[in-house]
Amino acid sequence: MKRYLPHTLLAAGLAGAAILHFVSPQLDDYAVNILVLAGINVILAASLNLVNGHTGQFSLGHAGFMAAGAYASSIATLALAPLVAQAGQPAQHALFLAALLFGGLFASLCGLLVGIPSLRLRGDYLAIVTLGFGEIIRVVIQNTNALGGARGLEGIPAWTNLFWTWGTAVVCIYTIACLVNSTYGRGFIAVRDDEIAAESMGINTTKYKVIAFVIGAFFAGMAGGLYAHLITFIAPEGFNFLKSVDVVVMVILGGMGSTPGVVAAAILLTLLNELLRDFEQYRMIVFALLLILLMILRPQGLLGNFHKRPKAKP
Amino acid sequence: MKSLLELAGVGIQFGGLKAVDALDFTMPEGGLLGLIGPNGAGKTTVFNMITGVYRPTSGRIVFNGGTISGIGPSRITRLGVARTFQNIRLFESLSVFDNVRTAMITSLRHGISHALTRGPAFRAEEDRIRAGAMELLGIFDLAEAADRDAVSLSYGDRRRLEIVRALATGPRLLLLDEPAAGMNPTEKTRLMELIAFIRSKFSITVLLVEHDMKVVMGICEKIVVLNYGRKIAEGTPGEIRTSPLVIEAYLGKESAHA
Repeated sequence: MKRYLPHTLLAAGLAGAAILHFVSPQLDDYAVNILVLAGINVILAASLNLVNGHTGQFSLGHAGFMAAGAYASSIATLALAPLVAQAGQPAQHALFLAALLFGGLFASLCGLLVGIPSLRLRGDYLAIVTLGFGEIIRVVIQNTNALGGARGLEGIPAWTNLFWTWGTAVVCIYTIACLVNSTYGRGFIAVRDDEIAAESMGINTTKYKVIAFVIGAFFAGMAGGLYAHLITFIAPEGFNFLKSVDVVVMVILGGMGSTPGVVAAAILLTLLNELLRDFEQYRMIVFALLLILLMILRPQGLLGNFHKRPKAKP
Repeated sequence: MKSLLELAGVGIQFGGLKAVDALDFTMPEGGLLGLIGPNGAGKTTVFNMITGVYRPTSGRIVFNGGTISGIGPSRITRLGVARTFQNIRLFESLSVFDNVRTAMITSLRHGISHALTRGPAFRAEEDRIRAGAMELLGIFDLAEAADRDAVSLSYGDRRRLEIVRALATGPRLLLLDEPAAGMNPTEKTRLMELIAFIRSKFSITVLLVEHDMKVVMGICEKIVVLNYGRKIAEGTPGEIRTSPLVIEAYLGKESAHA
């Protein structure tokens, strides 16, 4: 039974997402919206955690991948939605899933193109290159009329619901947990701990970094697609540098390399954001104070260094 | 005897500095060669060239019949060269077991897709790696510590774990960079026994960089002496001990005549 634990947890997670979806009519729209946003943030934070936390490569370009996925999936649904309008619910869901996957794949292609040259860099340099990439994506969209330019893209069908969001979040967490908790995936942590030693143990560190980057970008792209089909309107400004920083804050707050911590932080920060909505101007002050306090009191993050290891003896 | 490692005219230049110049030596399969020399003689640089961390600017390194100079460290490791580091470089956030398991990535036949689907093939492979890692840890008396953090081990155990981790990559040639550094006399004696044991148990060829003369003279069959990046002597421990050039390099000219 224990051997099938990962599969069981995946199935339970998906079932949970479905239950959440079916009870959602009982909740008011505001609550549903916040739950969906929390799910999207969980996907963003967990996927960035694979790159920044587990693999130790400091990326500041997550909003760029989110934008790539958001625009790619929106273009796809906008073009194909009229075709399935008559075909009913199942066809619409299938199109949405395909569009989300398309957005994810497009974002991961961007991740591959950016990752191969830039992952030879380390630390600050990588941060700057990924930051630059995020800005390039935003500026390119801003100046492309076919994508709506600075005005944005509107009329995207509102197809995002709790099932798709939390289903994706569950798959994202499953993917990352399975990867990191395998012999193959221990390589990611080895790369973070000591690149020279990892290379000397036969680990192709560049390949590992690119894989982490591509998987991270894939889920960021999915999150972007979900976000676009929630808000139904996307503009390049929504994917600026500050959005990347938001996600980095979630990862640092939760604890680099701790998936449970990062998931908790993503939910917590989404809720905090809403609670502080009435104090709009002071929100950033609270966030900044929170980070400063955390760095003083718990530099490893909320749940950093808290993850359980698999036992060596069966 | 067939030679496993051969360095032919190997040199490396960092800007205007020739760190290693025209170095030649060969190692027979199963041999134990010591590389010694005063501080800054270029011993670790030679290690870094053999393992691919540095690319030699001249000469050729041949391992097991193929040229390895110029290819990356991870590929060289996969060909069968493993190393330890002068300043211990364990994966500090991983457990003792995970440190060894990570080094066995070279033997994985299944990659990402199996890690995600977690099917029978994946589980069989994880079981094989778990058993292999635990067996290695057992041989070196580290099985009890398998679930502990690598950093929590004592200094001597960390050095030993580094050797176990290097062996887990399944090497034919093991490079040990100053394994006796910081050890007390008892630990040094145990280290010498350990190296002898590794050679007999795994039929492995060992290249040893070491400062400690007692260790080097005690176990090496052949010694190469470097000074200022050049080979100044090569021979058995007995020959090296009496070589005037070596005494001069270590103690200076006056003492050589004293």
